[in-house]
Amino acid sequence: MQIRMRKAHLVLEDGAVFPGVAVGAPGIAAGEACFTTAMAGYEEAVTDPSYIAQVLVFSYPLIGNYGVDASRLEADRVQCEGVVMRRARPAWSAFLTEQGVVALEEVDTRRLVRHIRDAGTPLRCALGEADVAALRARALDEPPIDGRPLARHIGPDDPYSIGSGPRVTLVDLGCKRSIPRRLAQTGLEVHIVPGTWDADAIMATKPAAVLIGNGPGDPSALTGAIQTTRDLLGRTPLFGICLGHQLLGLALGLETFKLPFGHRGANHPVKDLDRGRVLVTVQNHGYAVRAEGSDVRVTHVSLNDGTVEGIAGPDFASVQFHPEAAPGPLDALPFFDRIAERCRSAQT
Amino acid sequence: MPKRTDLKSILIIGSGPIRIGQACEFDYSGAQACRVLRREGFRVILVNSNPATIMTDPEWADATYIEPLDEETLAQIIEKERPDAVLPTLGGQTALNLAMELHAAGDLDRLGTQLIGADVQAIRKAEDRELFRDTVVAAGLHVPLSVIVDAQHGLPTDFPIPAIVRPAFTLGGFGGGIAHTRAELERIVATGLAASPVGQVLVERFLGGWQEHELEVMSDSAGNCVIVCSIENLDPMGVHTGDSWTVAPQQTLPDAEYQRLREAAFTCARAVGVVTGGANVQFGYDTVTRDLVVIEMNPRVSRSSALASKATGFPIAKLAALLAVGYTLEELPNDITGKTTAAFEPALDYVAVKAPRFDFAKFPKTVPLLGSEMRAVGESLGLGRTFPEAFLKALEGRESVPKTWELDRRGEPIPERWDYLLEAARRGLDLPGIHTYFADEIRSIAAAEHEVAATGDVAAAKRFGLPDKRIAELLHLPEDAVRARRRIPGRLAVDSCAAEFEAKTPYFYLSYEEEDDYEGGARERILVLGSGPNRIGQGIEFDYCCVHAVQAFQKLGYETIMLNSNPETVSTDYDTSDRLYLEPVTLERVLDVCAIEQPKGVVVQLGGQTPLSLAHGLAAAGIPLLGNPLGAIDLAENRGKFGKLLDRLGLKVPAWGVADSFEEARAIADRVGYPVLVRPSFVLGGRGMRICASEEQLRHAMEGAAPGTLVDQFLQNAIELDVDVLCDGQDAWIAGILEHVEPAGVHSGDSACVIPGPSITPAIEAKVHEMATALTRGLDARGLFNLQLALKDGELWVIEANPRASRTVPFIAKATGIPIIDLACRLMLGETLADLALPEKAKPTRAWAKEAIFPAERFPEAADRGPEMKSTGEVMGGGATVVEAYDRALRAAGRSRHGGRLGPTLQESLP
Repeated sequence: MQIRMRKAHLVLEDGAVFPGVAVGAPGIAAGEACFTTAMAGYEEAVTDPSYIAQVLVFSYPLIGNYGVDASRLEADRVQCEGVVMRRARPAWSAFLTEQGVVALEEVDTRRLVRHIRDAGTPLRCALGEADVAALRARALDEPPIDGRPLARHIGPDDPYSIGSGPRVTLVDLGCKRSIPRRLAQTGLEVHIVPGTWDADAIMATKPAAVLIGNGPGDPSALTGAIQTTRDLLGRTPLFGICLGHQLLGLALGLETFKLPFGHRGANHPVKDLDRGRVLVTVQNHGYAVRAEGSDVRVTHVSLNDGTVEGIAGPDFASVQFHPEAAPGPLDALPFFDRIAERCRSAQT
Repeated sequence: MPKRTDLKSILIIGSGPIRIGQACEFDYSGAQACRVLRREGFRVILVNSNPATIMTDPEWADATYIEPLDEETLAQIIEKERPDAVLPTLGGQTALNLAMELHAAGDLDRLGTQLIGADVQAIRKAEDRELFRDTVVAAGLHVPLSVIVDAQHGLPTDFPIPAIVRPAFTLGGFGGGIAHTRAELERIVATGLAASPVGQVLVERFLGGWQEHELEVMSDSAGNCVIVCSIENLDPMGVHTGDSWTVAPQQTLPDAEYQRLREAAFTCARAVGVVTGGANVQFGYDTVTRDLVVIEMNPRVSRSSALASKATGFPIAKLAALLAVGYTLEELPNDITGKTTAAFEPALDYVAVKAPRFDFAKFPKTVPLLGSEMRAVGESLGLGRTFPEAFLKALEGRESVPKTWELDRRGEPIPERWDYLLEAARRGLDLPGIHTYFADEIRSIAAAEHEVAATGDVAAAKRFGLPDKRIAELLHLPEDAVRARRRIPGRLAVDSCAAEFEAKTPYFYLSYEEEDDYEGGARERILVLGSGPNRIGQGIEFDYCCVHAVQAFQKLGYETIMLNSNPETVSTDYDTSDRLYLEPVTLERVLDVCAIEQPKGVVVQLGGQTPLSLAHGLAAAGIPLLGNPLGAIDLAENRGKFGKLLDRLGLKVPAWGVADSFEEARAIADRVGYPVLVRPSFVLGGRGMRICASEEQLRHAMEGAAPGTLVDQFLQNAIELDVDVLCDGQDAWIAGILEHVEPAGVHSGDSACVIPGPSITPAIEAKVHEMATALTRGLDARGLFNLQLALKDGELWVIEANPRASRTVPFIAKATGIPIIDLACRLMLGETLADLALPEKAKPTRAWAKEAIFPAERFPEAADRGPEMKSTGEVMGGGATVVEAYDRALRAAGRSRHGGRLGPTLQESLP
């Protein structure tokens, strides 16, 4: 029968209040409010480390329909700070609770998405069973993501490998599991190293190519990683995905900027300028690279807002979207084949 | 890649009469294609035999042919019009098959034209069962174990049972079925071979218990493919997808599994070679083993495309037409956001559930079991923020309640399955045979009902998605009391992007969330109520009337608002009205829309019986109805009052009485004399109507009859006339008098009819006008009414008067070229007939005939015409004489003359 309803709220820093019912762990969570429009793949989404310091709102109203399976997780724990939904299935709520994640259901998520969309700039928020004033204070207390390194330690402590074949070294700044998995499927040995390693350490792994993966936070604040990327350029074929793409841009002297409400979903059309095709891509990023006025070659653009989705040069290529999908369409998978080709040709 | 410049003119092939498996979705898709191709500067030539369609209105194409859909006629049209291309992918299976016939006959090459949208090779690969199987397997996909049976290849003796038989090139699985025994299999194979135009069937392992999924693919000439929508069947494999409840987007597949389907759909579309346009691919999926098989593919816009368009806001047919003429997806805008491109995949933040509507009750000799042959006659779509909300809206919109509650049959593929499952959940029984997710959601509905019954928390129940009516039952309150205890729902946009971008297109549903920002115009508003799901007796004709009304009110300067739940229709196209609400046509939803829109008036007369039945409830709630329909409705529905009125007006009516029992019926029959016509009051399409020639037959007809059954004197061998009348409360203007070919006693919807009627002398015409004027005054009718008269021995008898648009309005409008609905709208707004400056008389442009189409191949008993309507659609034919027109209509119906008042009778009466 009906368990006692745990009345809760989500409060944004601008004071907007969204009532809901707590279905996750007790307590208060806070972070930058962001939404994804993907209609499936909730397990992959909440475990994607790019969502660190963010509260994830699902615009699709029914979450948890097909249960939870460990094989579908993108990390060993839930990474986002809080989860906001219209309707959650019990097994899914139980998983979030067990993971210690504050989660709400019964929230008017459409109104919330419109609010985030219309704010013009990302908003901090807090959610939980506390009163509205306390939640508002907690939201205002939350440091903005911009310009600071994130507190949580992410990525591996020690290097490890999966797969076999020519070696690609993957710099893990909070990388989804699907990226090494997809690389290994192309017949590569993927050697995963901590994101804190410098270029010499990375080159010491004797890679045929290096890929810098996705991760959370403001790329311009990651001065160490930018330096590492700069040092790698020209020494090895260099690839980037999402955060890796932004770091590559910064290393090339481009700027990054914050999008008004990010690109998060599984239906983002991107034009592949080299091949003249449209890819339906998976995206999860709050920052983008600005390439106007530079001589860096833009290879992909967003058909939604014209922002840069990919760049390339003689010995580097990167994409802002997620070719590994998980969750979402596999249109961009050939990106991994290109890395594999490059690794194989580097070997011969 | 921009538009092709080598094409100047395009022939669009329509889908012909409404049949089971091919309904108004092709009027919707064809109309969209006509509109967009003309806007692009092409000369559009249209051929269709169905007069009830919007697309055959003169303004939709540069040249419109209301002609039989056969190879010979099409070749003649192509010869005359010389189109640069033929577009066959928007007219259903009919158009696709005709394209193949044109190709086979060498017409396309001979006349120097080409197919666009799908080429012959692609159509053959998709439609030829063997070729399709080989193509798909070669592309690395799996198909169920199967064999092809045709003239050369017999049925192997060891084929595993149960098996499913799928005939090649047939519509809605016609001729196929599921066999559970060897004998059954042999029988169905034989039927299937006979049904297939190429004499080929596929016998396939029956995947009992597997889930069925459909994906709507769009592809362009640059090689881009997108999925517009995934649709999951609620019923497991074995129920035709047209008969299954469905939900969009899919609910039960983990993302990685869904992506397997998406990739497989593209592989399939590319292997078959659908280069430019829409296609739909069906899959079977075993949730345990994760086996995935391709079932079939339609290389064209389909019923599912219409559903997917309405479920997502993505205009598939319109884009399919543009892709066919060379555009690529990225070149085309997403109309809904106005900012983004069509090269994307819609993201939904709601759920769309479709419920099929069946009419098995009309065919008592057909066993009401669902299988691989489609039987549904219509569908209603429910949009909601949760599965229960959408499910319950679809259920409500279906307007059908089971007669009996055989809950022990809830695991069987029967029309009432989901009603029984819901009821079983209420009673705490198990829910066998369906996916656990759907079972859980059905149980959650039952739990929410218990909850509201216990707590009386109406707000929570509404947010969950329970309809007012159900809450009223649970709380033992009248419906308006529930209404008084809740707020007005919010208006949420179907925006294709889950609110990520601001929507420009005014397509809405209602839910208990805060409403989207939306600025309506400042003009006065008129709400037109649609007719809900198609059913026998209420179909596309009423959609035609509603769409015309919307256009007419727009021309008169009003903002028009449409409410309907039927995803197949033109009326639920977001381009049709100023604002569209996809909601069930029920009092609750109409009142909610009225509360939001504050219309100057609501039109209930144009959507058939469904909106008309809401008139009293709306009036009681203080909603202004256009055209003063209430008095007229009362009189027409209350036989006593109506009889008195006719007496007062001096109009003849067959003697009649109202009976609550056989004894009373017998007394009436003794008084008026046999034969008598027995009919329940308040019915559509003559449900349960019987002609009884003897006391014995009367006893039989009265068994189980409801109280208030009407017993009328039956006029034998009378000629029946269908009259559509424009009226302003004072005067009447006859828009058309149709003469039935069959004698009175055959339901008017099933009878062939002609105009000008050979029996209609000037004297009779004058008398009809006199009667119509008297009734106009007597009913104070404004707008439209339909009169059914019997002509016998030079005398006219009133059989029925309906204060609403009739089934015959589109036909008469086409036959006379008079915009009847436009005029009726002006009358409803208070103008007089004098203001309309009409000619003295309506004259048909030539002789026209219409013939009914029966679902006899699916329901054998549908072949006999009688007092109960059984036809699903109609065709129209024109000629210099009535006989020629009737011949043409029969040809369009694919039938030679038989039955009814045959040609000679008509010929004799010709001058």
